[in-house]
Amino acid sequence: MSVVTSPASARPRLRVRWSRVLIYAVMLAFAAFYLLPVYLLLITSFKSFEEVSLSRMWDLPRSLSFESFGRAWNGGEGVIGMRGSFLNSVRMVIPATVISCMLGSLNGYVLSKWRFPGSETLFTLILFGMFIPYQSVLVPLVEVLREIGLYASIPGLVLVHVVYGIPITTLIFRNYYAGIPTELLEAGKIDGADFFGIYRHIMLPISAPGFVVVAIWQFTSIWNEFLFGLIITNDPQLRPVTVALQNLSGSQFTQWNVQMAGALLVAMPTLLVYIFLGKYFLRGLLAGSLKG
Amino acid sequence: MQQAKPQAIGARTARRARWLNRDRIAALLMIAPSVIAVAIFVYGFIGWTAFISLTNWEGLRANLTFVGLENYATIFNTGRFQTNIRNLVVFTTLFLAICLVIGLLLAVLVDSRIRAESLFRSIYIFPMALSFIVTGVVWQWIFAPGNWPNDPTGINLLFKQMGLDFLQGAWTTDTSVVPGWRPEGLKTRIGIPMAMIPVIIAAVWQMSGFVMAMYLAGLRGIPDEIKEAARVDGASEWQVFRRVTLPLLQPVTLSAVIVLGHISLKIFDLIVTMTGGAPGNNTEVPGLYMYEITFKANKFSEGAAVAIVMLVVVAALVIPYLNYNRRTEVEQ
Repeated sequence: MSVVTSPASARPRLRVRWSRVLIYAVMLAFAAFYLLPVYLLLITSFKSFEEVSLSRMWDLPRSLSFESFGRAWNGGEGVIGMRGSFLNSVRMVIPATVISCMLGSLNGYVLSKWRFPGSETLFTLILFGMFIPYQSVLVPLVEVLREIGLYASIPGLVLVHVVYGIPITTLIFRNYYAGIPTELLEAGKIDGADFFGIYRHIMLPISAPGFVVVAIWQFTSIWNEFLFGLIITNDPQLRPVTVALQNLSGSQFTQWNVQMAGALLVAMPTLLVYIFLGKYFLRGLLAGSLKG
Repeated sequence: MQQAKPQAIGARTARRARWLNRDRIAALLMIAPSVIAVAIFVYGFIGWTAFISLTNWEGLRANLTFVGLENYATIFNTGRFQTNIRNLVVFTTLFLAICLVIGLLLAVLVDSRIRAESLFRSIYIFPMALSFIVTGVVWQWIFAPGNWPNDPTGINLLFKQMGLDFLQGAWTTDTSVVPGWRPEGLKTRIGIPMAMIPVIIAAVWQMSGFVMAMYLAGLRGIPDEIKEAARVDGASEWQVFRRVTLPLLQPVTLSAVIVLGHISLKIFDLIVTMTGGAPGNNTEVPGLYMYEITFKANKFSEGAAVAIVMLVVVAALVIPYLNYNRRTEVEQ
């Protein structure tokens, strides 16, 4: 915009430069807002127990200490360590993500390339599952999981996350496959490939970006999920990491630096994914908004 | 394509029939598990919950005596649920409005050929990668007021250190409702529960970057020629934005409202962690209320009624949108 509106006279150019200053000022102010909690999280987690005091909560730590992380991870002095629940989350999120990807890919393939009468309506009906408040399925869900012996178990959590992940994974893969030209499939059919042959030899080899987007999406949302974790695991030994963190922060006897260290531990896996695969993370986010 | 091929019709239909049989069946078989799972876990369970909401199930043993809409009457008549609804309306309205404004503002700024664009973008979006629980834990400490003004903690302390004492407040412990009208027949006061403000700020912190990303994608999708044409016609930058860019961003706004709206109407995790619904029930929302009365008080039928009310509200927002999406896709 500055390039277009700069005639020869000096005054407009000066005005334009001031507008740049304003732009950067606003952007920096917002950056400070977004980074403020990160600052607090980091400085508090690295303070030693002697140094933790609410009246100096915004001061930098005088030295780096890992005591808080040790307490949050291993427990001790009334704190239940998060190591166990961290592993629970890992054991839940990996199979759930893998299965979600496979199901979503197949569904997307069918709903984009093998449409049948009513398939659009079916897709919309599946999609609705992504928006429901899970409160409206919780009680039957618990009963059915009890009935099939999966209540309060990691496989139960995996099942739940896979099933309620079907809408979004199907959506992302369907939109991804819709961009693949039908001629490719036609060529495959002429070569005698059937439903699975086309999937295996034409679709799968070019699906990698779709898989990355869906895997990141599912990993992040399952890792961060709280309600199912809370309801489906009444056993403290089995709870995922978000539930453990909530318990840690809900306890009045837990020092708040330990809570902060715990929060950082919970945030770490998804933050790393965001830092290294941010592009795909964003694509998943935007895909989640349908046509956005 | 079809008329152009003078093939033997019989051979073609025969081949077509065979194709239908094998591959189409394979396709249906592959999608069947997902369809069945969604049919049971989404629609079946919703139906089940709807049924529970019409019965009289209180206590751990299921009692499925049919009582009609009694539970709905009960919840809508309790002050606590009315307060929940008020809180949800306040939360959703402010959260949506602020996110849209900040999101659009940041998108326009990021899009104005600035330096370190990707760094700014990353900083604005990263909270989306975090759990609401993490967000809640951190902001809970930021908005813990302490014994202000003399012995403040959190944001109040920061304000004191910056010489901005007048900005100090009770935040999550504020019990006031502004303006706090009490209409005849209502069991709650109408207004903004001030304790909700910190929760809204935390939610905006988490989601506004996402709105920015959506608007940014929208802005980048607008061809420069259109704006250029308006400029040639003598439109100022503001007019170009107001008359060309904004109208073209309307679909993005719609998507953002749907996505943020359904998240906001279901909000649970953030409030559990940040306030637990306190002070009083000033930050409690239906998602939390349903959890409390179902799993702590064992009032299963009333909990189911709350859940169905939540579902109806979300559906009222989402179904028109899904329908609209489906129709435009079929047209394409």
